[in-house]
Amino acid sequence: MIRTEELLLNVGPQHPSTHGVLRIVVKLDGEVITEATPVIGYLHRGTEKLAESLNYTQIIPYTDRMDYVSAMTNNYVLVHAVEKMMGIEVPERAEFLRLIVMELQRVASHLVWWGTYLLDLGALSPFLFAFKEREMIIDLFNELCGARLTYNYMRVGGVKWDAPPGWIDKVRDFIPHMEKQLKEYERLVSGNEIFLARVRGIGKYDAETAIAYGLSGANLRCTGVKWDLRKNEPYSLYDRFEFDVPVGTNGDCYDRYMIRFEEMRQSLRILKQAVEQFPSSGETMGKVPRAIRPPAGETYVRIESPRGEIGCHIVSKGKAEPYRLKFRRPSFMNLQILPKLLVGETMTNLIAILGGVDIVLGEVDC
Amino acid sequence: MSEENKREAGRQETSPAAEQQEPAAPEQREPANTQEVAGAEPAGAGAEHPNQPQPDTMPEHPDASASDKPAEPAAPSAADANADAPAAPAEAGGDAAPAGAGEGAGAGAGAGAVDPEREAKIKAVQEARAARLAAKAAAEAGGDASAGAGAGAGAVDPEREAKIKAAQEARAARLAAKAAAEGGGDAPAEPKPPSPKQPWLDEAVELLKSEVHPEAVEEAAINELSDDMPTITVKAGHWRAAAELLKSHEKLGCNYLRNVTGVDYETHMEVVYFVINLETKREYAIKIRTDRDQPSVPSAVPVWLSADWPEREIYDLLGIDFPGHPDLRRIMMPDDWVGHPLRKDYVPLDPEV
Repeated sequence: MIRTEELLLNVGPQHPSTHGVLRIVVKLDGEVITEATPVIGYLHRGTEKLAESLNYTQIIPYTDRMDYVSAMTNNYVLVHAVEKMMGIEVPERAEFLRLIVMELQRVASHLVWWGTYLLDLGALSPFLFAFKEREMIIDLFNELCGARLTYNYMRVGGVKWDAPPGWIDKVRDFIPHMEKQLKEYERLVSGNEIFLARVRGIGKYDAETAIAYGLSGANLRCTGVKWDLRKNEPYSLYDRFEFDVPVGTNGDCYDRYMIRFEEMRQSLRILKQAVEQFPSSGETMGKVPRAIRPPAGETYVRIESPRGEIGCHIVSKGKAEPYRLKFRRPSFMNLQILPKLLVGETMTNLIAILGGVDIVLGEVDC
Repeated sequence: MSEENKREAGRQETSPAAEQQEPAAPEQREPANTQEVAGAEPAGAGAEHPNQPQPDTMPEHPDASASDKPAEPAAPSAADANADAPAAPAEAGGDAAPAGAGEGAGAGAGAGAVDPEREAKIKAVQEARAARLAAKAAAEAGGDASAGAGAGAGAVDPEREAKIKAAQEARAARLAAKAAAEGGGDAPAEPKPPSPKQPWLDEAVELLKSEVHPEAVEEAAINELSDDMPTITVKAGHWRAAAELLKSHEKLGCNYLRNVTGVDYETHMEVVYFVINLETKREYAIKIRTDRDQPSVPSAVPVWLSADWPEREIYDLLGIDFPGHPDLRRIMMPDDWVGHPLRKDYVPLDPEV
């Protein structure tokens, strides 16, 4: 008879599969996890504390560093919150540019996820594919604002840089290319037996659980809850474009995979329309007072980041600096369900489940 | 290194309490601190560095956030303060701005080719100045305006009116000159229609009063800055029951907790729960106020599981206790950290860190 002993194992904080400095303390009975405790805070930089001594424009670069895989959406949530408080109108061209970069960012972010997730599961080549296409998006951003990862692109009232000549055409050309590549990715991975064996029926939960744990993004939609803030609480110009919100039925890792995959297609669909409707001229900065001082009061603004609902809660006392700035980070909220999902699973599935949640540690810790 | 940390930590432990009495009796604190440190450590080591950072921070104490400011960002923000200065008059009343603009206007008039806006501005400035002088004279003669209202109502009111009118004209001129200020000028004039979310607010308040406790609701208002968010302040003692009601009552059904924020208002602490019903999109911001010295808010985890980590984060960074929380411990800061960084009276132990 085989005798097993309880084993305490630290996964991380430095481990490629934890996608950053996440530590999971797992208790193992043989191969089976009996308890899992995520330990976070290794990347805590005190963004919210720092923000209390910075003015709003100075905070924007800090948001880049939260979810550094999707800096554009972070930029947006902050400037959008300030604009809402101050009642600032953003010129159409600027809003189009914002929407285009946010959707490009969604594709780039999902590509990183797609590549690294398959890397976690042992497939090396998808990572190379994904990063090739992501690089094209990064190059577009680089051309637009001079940065590859931390863009600091948006401003209260508009965007910092107008699109350089020919930039929109480059985006237009990128869309069919990406669509073609997505088909290839699908042929490469989505039907693969080994892949399916690793993700089907793994990390399953139902809609009620997802809502109770406050999940958002693909983690919520994989259970069939059609909740996408771009549709349900439209912001920016999303109500002008046609797109679908893909939802799953089983709430497992495979559904989350398929949703993110489909979301890339839907983002390209939005981009296609946005590029067509892009105003040929116009301002990129609205009328903004020289001193950005939101009136005393508070606001909570939320948008759909690639990882779910990212929110910004500003408490202002009418000063140039926020009195309190709180970010609702989707990765932080989504990670809460991990201990529940891991109990009873094997170590190999830990990697598949954690990867499926899609966290960015810069955002978990903030 | 860990020894050093612990000692430092032990010293800091005394500081939050000490700070609260700081303005009253700064000297008293020192012996108290030394004692506590001495209790935890050999007396020699403790006596060496009690309160070293505090003398720096003490004079600035009321503005704790400023003293926390690292040296680096200070420069840009100072520059920004300068940049703000020209815009400041726009916020001040009608008096201040024209006074400053007046000198420039005088010079402009001399130049000859004056645009109508500028002329209007100059005129308004002169009127405002005249009105101010008149008001001042009236105040000197018969005390303040309201006191004189009974006796010399006829004398005071026209002056006031003139002043207001001048201020309005000045503002109008400024607005024309500077379209950016447009929004702020017009807003208060038009009467506001009731918010479409008002019924949600009324309904929830009604239910909280009838089902939970007649006194459960402290305040209820529509927050216009936040998309007309119905915002209800619930008494801490009734919060658990209120949370149950918000989640499970068929009319409300706010099953999704989307965000929890803790705020240190210096007079009190506040925890804000943002809840929503994913089907009807009915949403509320529920605030719970708590005392600052012993901050404590009943945990919402038994109702919304997703409150778990956010409440831990608030406990960690603001020091608010959540009785009923299954696993309340630090989440961001190290376990042996002392103090709660997001509190406005937080003083970092080692400014180098």
